[in-house]
Amino acid sequence: MNEITITIDGKVIQTQEGEYILNAARANGIFIPAICYLSRCSPTLACRICLVEADGKQVYACNAKAKNGMEIKTTTPNILAERRAIMEVYDVNHPLECGVCDQSGECELQNYTLEVGVDSQTYSIKDTHKPVQDWGLIHYDPSLCIMCERCITVCEDMIGDAALSTVARGSDPIEAEFKETMPKDAYAMWNKLNKSLIAPNGGDTLDCTNCGECSAVCPVGALVSSDYQYTSNAWEHQQIPATCAHCSAGCQISYDIKHTSIANPEPKIYRVKNEWNYVSLCGAGRYGYDFENRDVVKHPEAFDAAVAAFQKADTIAFTSTITNEEALILQKLKEKLGLRLVNNEALAFKNFLSDYSTISGKTLYSGDLKQVHDADFVVSIGSALKTDNPNARFAMNNALSMNKGSGLYFHPISDPVICNMSKNVTQIQHSPMMEEAVLYLMLDLFGDKSAMPSALVEYLSSFHSVKTVTVEETVDEKVTETVTKMVLNEESGVEEEVTEEVTKTVKKKVSKEVEVDENALFGLLNAPAGFVDTLTKYLAKKEKFALMVGPDLYTHPNATNCARLVALIEKYTQFSVTMIPNLANTLGVAMICDLDGERGNYTIGYNTAGDFTLSALGDGDLDMPSLNQQEGTLTSIDKRVNPTNVALPYGGYVLNDIANAFGLNTTLTVEYTAHLPVDKGFKAVDFDALPNHYTNSGEEVRGYVLENLSVSVTGDESVEPFDASKAINEKVIYLANPVLQFSAFTARAHQLPSSGGLYVAQTAMETNGWSEGDCVRVKTSHGEVNTIVIADGKIEGDIAYLPTFDTTLNSESLFDGYRFAAVSIQKV
Amino acid sequence: MHHEEVFTNRNVTESSAYYYVDIESYPTTGWDKFKQVVRRTFSGELFIGLWVVMREMIKFDIHTVQYPKEKLPLGPRYRAVHKLLRLWESGYERCIGCGLCEKICISDCIRMDTRIDENSRKEVTEYSINLGRCIFCGYCAEVCPELAIVHGPRYENASEQRAHFVIKDDMLTPLDLLKAGAQEEYPGFGAIIPGSDDAVKKTPLAY
Ligand code: SF4
Ligand code: SF4
Ligand code: SF4
Ligand code: SF4
Ligand code: SF4
Ligand code: FES
Repeated sequence: MNEITITIDGKVIQTQEGEYILNAARANGIFIPAICYLSRCSPTLACRICLVEADGKQVYACNAKAKNGMEIKTTTPNILAERRAIMEVYDVNHPLECGVCDQSGECELQNYTLEVGVDSQTYSIKDTHKPVQDWGLIHYDPSLCIMCERCITVCEDMIGDAALSTVARGSDPIEAEFKETMPKDAYAMWNKLNKSLIAPNGGDTLDCTNCGECSAVCPVGALVSSDYQYTSNAWEHQQIPATCAHCSAGCQISYDIKHTSIANPEPKIYRVKNEWNYVSLCGAGRYGYDFENRDVVKHPEAFDAAVAAFQKADTIAFTSTITNEEALILQKLKEKLGLRLVNNEALAFKNFLSDYSTISGKTLYSGDLKQVHDADFVVSIGSALKTDNPNARFAMNNALSMNKGSGLYFHPISDPVICNMSKNVTQIQHSPMMEEAVLYLMLDLFGDKSAMPSALVEYLSSFHSVKTVTVEETVDEKVTETVTKMVLNEESGVEEEVTEEVTKTVKKKVSKEVEVDENALFGLLNAPAGFVDTLTKYLAKKEKFALMVGPDLYTHPNATNCARLVALIEKYTQFSVTMIPNLANTLGVAMICDLDGERGNYTIGYNTAGDFTLSALGDGDLDMPSLNQQEGTLTSIDKRVNPTNVALPYGGYVLNDIANAFGLNTTLTVEYTAHLPVDKGFKAVDFDALPNHYTNSGEEVRGYVLENLSVSVTGDESVEPFDASKAINEKVIYLANPVLQFSAFTARAHQLPSSGGLYVAQTAMETNGWSEGDCVRVKTSHGEVNTIVIADGKIEGDIAYLPTFDTTLNSESLFDGYRFAAVSIQKV
Repeated sequence: MHHEEVFTNRNVTESSAYYYVDIESYPTTGWDKFKQVVRRTFSGELFIGLWVVMREMIKFDIHTVQYPKEKLPLGPRYRAVHKLLRLWESGYERCIGCGLCEKICISDCIRMDTRIDENSRKEVTEYSINLGRCIFCGYCAEVCPELAIVHGPRYENASEQRAHFVIKDDMLTPLDLLKAGAQEEYPGFGAIIPGSDDAVKKTPLAY
């Protein structure tokens, strides 16, 4: 894009060609009022308050694109009159409820009413009866709604559920007198507002993935959190800048804290907020905030026991919900005490990365979610995208809706949420164990065959054959007919019959034999009929390609081959590749720790069971702080090292105390931040020097991005063929979490369910004759569990899944690493 | 470094009643200081003061208020320990839990707990003021949009501790008093100014 120069209110600024005037102004600190526009989403023109004058013409700043040399005025007498009228209209019949409203103090209606200086009201209309609605986690008060449609917009353009729409308000028409007297745009805005209200698509209940983003973007108190409602005023909170601890997206959040009550001065997290113009949260991040280890005090005996256990131990087993600093402490303890570090999930990812490096020559993948947001063709392979990393799903949806993009979703479990994101997205529901075939298909479809190794090209061509098919074609055919018609003879004034020859073209269907190229990979992957044509349509005029690969590949029995194939895709296609790390800090752990495969004889478990257990879940032999009670850094999918801060107090011991007992001598855990391994791409920066914010132009200024270092390669790019006979075609079960859950930490949050079961699609419940709450025995070759059946409306098809967030199920024990396993399920 | 402030004589004109006090210069030598002490110690002023006390005592005409037997009448706008008022008609608590008093309090001594009640209204479950910190400035009463928190005339709040709390139950008008019509409106800070109705521009109504 080209740099251009525009002038706003006399200030000369640089921006990109095609940028909206509003965004250009915001990036340069120029204020233009705007209510309905959301950065990263499409302009809806609902509020019209962003009126400006560009080269003498009135335009809406949120949808008018900047052109080189444009002269823009943000105020003219007419614009000021429009704005005043618009704000007056918004205030018509708006309840005087600021005293109790949850938005009070951070309400855009309050702010703009004051900004524009509304001190009297000109307009009026009869009010309608609009009772409040309870949508579960969210509460809707239509009386407060100003119909900016931001909730609808974000749900459609960013989240991808498109779960909200407008319904009729049932209001009287606006008095004709106003139409004539009031400013034009204000009238148009009012006319639209007066016709509609917000409602869930499914009727009275909100059926969606419960991200709560609609309530975050609502400028007024119309959509609020049901749990938070009326418990606090916005200004009472101290906002603790942090990084979400639940998944690898590493979203920037703020924990809003305040004393618990008059009687209890201990701080409590009341809610999580986000900078919704730049980052969108999922429901787990928004509602799963109270996972702290409560009421912990120091028991010196327990600490001594822990030190003794460390002396005795030969293994530390841990999960990836720890900070980079803690990971470094574990690594140092390993070096000092000669322990093994066991974290299979991170090890799988670490191995995948290093196998990938053997071809790519880089320690890290090239892409990040920003590139997915900006892409116009997005592919996801090997991930239950919606729940593995909600933000990866948002990024894909955002790319589809904002860039006229299209996408492919390769996964065995049918996901209606992904499929409904756009009409230009197709799910290819391949069998488990066919992931390599998918990667080969990617190389086949998009690879630069002239550059690829010849063995690979040959292998790929082995899937192609020429087939003769009969196609029906429509051809134009000329036919000549003789028609007779009556023509008026001008001389005689009498009608006469005249014969005439007319030639016309008619469409005619003919069958034709043609030779077509047949790609056997399509069949092997169960691609839907007509997929070739769909793909051609999808690929028209596409420029930016993004691929996301997920944990199904890291745990694949042929993970090495998968990793090498991914590296080849990155090398020989135009795709940027982003790998989805499993848990909050899987990437950090994989970079910092030397991991071992097997446990020894005596294991210290950290947030996982061991012979001696350290736990932030409050169920171990020695308590540890959870991630909302710690400061430190987490490494995200974007390869970014993000700082997080202490939101809640913690009275117990931390890992650093144990390390100090072994002579590592460091006062604070965060002193390790500057010592994170530079040879792995970390930077020697102090914790307190790490920023954590977004600029007005949306630039992410958080921590730093890991350096993607070069590694030497041998030049061997050979990959193994896949074995189609390994495809699991019997009944399988998957290891994944439901929407809103990630780990035992999310399960502790009071707004989220604490226990899980076997998650089954609605239709599969019916075909199997199960109903919600039925007890079933789930059996694989590795083990069995008895649990209850839970309906999941957000998947389809026959494959059920078991979650990891409910540790009592011990779901992992049913699987052999790979996330799919053949299963038998019996009702008991 | 010594810095001498320069006055501009803003308020001192020829005709004003301001004048410079004649301050005698400080004694500098030891002998001068001694003389000043002796002069001040043995001057007759001490005895004048003693005489005045004596004279008044034997008159037996005492003007001192005999507190606590006797109390001075208080002005209606006096600002002492707070009260929380109720609505006259319904008996509901006036406080809506807006938190403005809590926010404006310059001593940061108000705290309240709120929640959503069964009727979807904001309910103030507890309200406390730490009188040990309150400076009785009246801001809370002034900011209250509901005329809910007001000052009362109870100024006797001695306590053994610096921190000393009143809670909602202590401040809220009891229902029987309300029914008996004994709740008193507070004309002080925050009360409606006479004639406010005329000063307000009315919002048009469509029906
Ligand atoms: S909670 Fe999220 S998914 Fe549900 S309606 Fe709101 S924005 Fe859409
Ligand atoms: S609910 Fe909120 S975000 Fe949605 S239209 Fe109403 S005011 Fe706008
Ligand atoms: S769980 Fe992941 S997507 Fe959800 S808020 Fe946290 S980091 Fe973001
Ligand atoms: S009188 Fe002043 S100091 Fe006392 S509670 Fe009210 S605002 Fe606070
Ligand atoms: S200002 Fe008045 S209504 Fe608001 S919380 Fe305080 S006492 Fe209650
Ligand atoms: S912000 Fe441009 S029309 Fe609302």
